[in-house]
Amino acid sequence: MRYETVIGLEVHLQLATKTKAFCGCSTKFGQRPNSQVCPVCLGFPGSLPSLNEEAFRFAIKVALALNCRIQAIVKFDRKNYYYPDLPKNFQISQYDMPLSYNGFVDIAVDGANKRIRVKRVHMEEDAGKLMHPEGEDYSLVDYNRGGMPLLEIVTEPDMSSPREAYDYLTKLKAILEYLKVSDCDMEKGSLRCDANVSIRPEGETKLGTKVELKNMNSFKGVRNALEYEVKRQDSVLEDGGKLVQETRLWDADKGITTSMRTKEEAEDYRYFPEPDLVPFVVEKEEIERIRKTLPELPEAKAARFKAAFGLSDYDAGVLTSQVDLADYFEECVKLYPNAKTVANWLMGDVMATVNEKNIDMSELALAPAAFTGLLKMIDSKAISGKMAKEVLAEAIETRIAPEEIVQKKGLSQISDAGAIESVVQGVLKKEAKTVSDYKSGKKAAFAFLVGQVMKETKGKANPAVVNEILKKSLGE
Amino acid sequence: MKTIDKKTVEKVAHLARLKLDDKELELYSGQLASILLYISKLNEIDTANVIPTSHALATLKNVFRKDCLKRSLTPDEALENAPSKEGDFFKVPQIIEGK
Ligand SMILES: [Zn+2]
Repeated sequence: MRYETVIGLEVHLQLATKTKAFCGCSTKFGQRPNSQVCPVCLGFPGSLPSLNEEAFRFAIKVALALNCRIQAIVKFDRKNYYYPDLPKNFQISQYDMPLSYNGFVDIAVDGANKRIRVKRVHMEEDAGKLMHPEGEDYSLVDYNRGGMPLLEIVTEPDMSSPREAYDYLTKLKAILEYLKVSDCDMEKGSLRCDANVSIRPEGETKLGTKVELKNMNSFKGVRNALEYEVKRQDSVLEDGGKLVQETRLWDADKGITTSMRTKEEAEDYRYFPEPDLVPFVVEKEEIERIRKTLPELPEAKAARFKAAFGLSDYDAGVLTSQVDLADYFEECVKLYPNAKTVANWLMGDVMATVNEKNIDMSELALAPAAFTGLLKMIDSKAISGKMAKEVLAEAIETRIAPEEIVQKKGLSQISDAGAIESVVQGVLKKEAKTVSDYKSGKKAAFAFLVGQVMKETKGKANPAVVNEILKKSLGE
Repeated sequence: MKTIDKKTVEKVAHLARLKLDDKELELYSGQLASILLYISKLNEIDTANVIPTSHALATLKNVFRKDCLKRSLTPDEALENAPSKEGDFFKVPQIIEGK
């Protein structure tokens, strides 16, 4: 039987405010354990939470950018469960009246547009971090992360392949980066993703048995975990087995998912309104005011790039997929008007280096002026395209400006006809035999002569000029 | 209104990590049932056109805090009253996996 895949995603995003969601503790990453805690985020008796205005504004920005409707009355609820990463024994979250709902993100599937519905975007606080020392019978808790402002972004089960899930995540991350409301760093855990996946016979409208996947720490991990899980579910059903609703953990090293110990009872969080926080009413004018502060988002930017610079769909899509890359591109185009050349170099050599070094565009030690300077050197034939690639790699590696590298290494290409002419004459004298071979019809001898000139000039002669002078000298 | 039975009390007690013996289960089921019965009187009121009250201070709304740093506790202060600690960490019984 043929099955179709149904995927829904749940993303947790840490908001880049200075302080936590409900207290004035710092949100800085990687600090001394339990040094960013206070009576509020440790849940001491008598302490009261109070909502961070900036976190709320960031949340509304995200909701608007994801085309969500904002709830008329926003309230918070307590999600109750007992676990040591939660000092209060409840998490302040949102249940029946989330900040926002009914949004969407569009992705491209086989050249067509596909709308992934965003069910809700709500605010909550993060939990602390647990460590399990090897071979010991206890765990250690650091509450620095506890109480950090989080957004939970939940989609409807609208994705029908791991690829679509990956594309949705990439698009979502791009939008979130444009908004500058989070550093979106999966390694630091500021962006996390869980997935729900089920399969059902093709044409069936009822959803199959849902499996929740956790523990993926990259978008590729999400895609790989989903691919594995779809195959696993398929083979269970093909063998006449039955799927169980469960949570499975992705093991990136082994490339498999394993079942988490199943709980005896269904989750029961006994939500109820958080009595320590009053409701929040966002007036229409306030929503419109925040909407006006939204930056140009990836789709709009891509459309503008196509119109203004004549870029293809593909190029505009790649260049706007990261806000840093898009900004870099625009800076370059101001300094060097051939947008297509800038795009090709950025998407080719520059991105390759950035990916290879696993850094962000913002960490690239090559100012737009230095990079476009290199492109200008190619245009003026001071260096060849091949040399430029080497210089670029070195400039990124050593943080030395391309012009300086070219000068220091004496890399400049010899385009001066007079200089090349004299080398050509020398070669022709030395290779008299080859010259007569050439004249008697051995056309291959020409390439040999070009090679000799290049050798004499240590590869620095401009090949086009060499060709031209050689032909002339040989009487063509 | 469904009254509360022993099984429900047992489940709620487990969720709240309370250990109740049979006698206590019996006692609390009865007490909770009568409390719920009393409260259920409220259901007699027609609330079809009433906005749900999520907070006792109905007139208060939009109470925010500016995103400004405040002094946190030091790890020593934070851990001062912890029943068990190790280094800068709170120490708790081993947690395997799952919540
Ligand atoms: Zn705090």
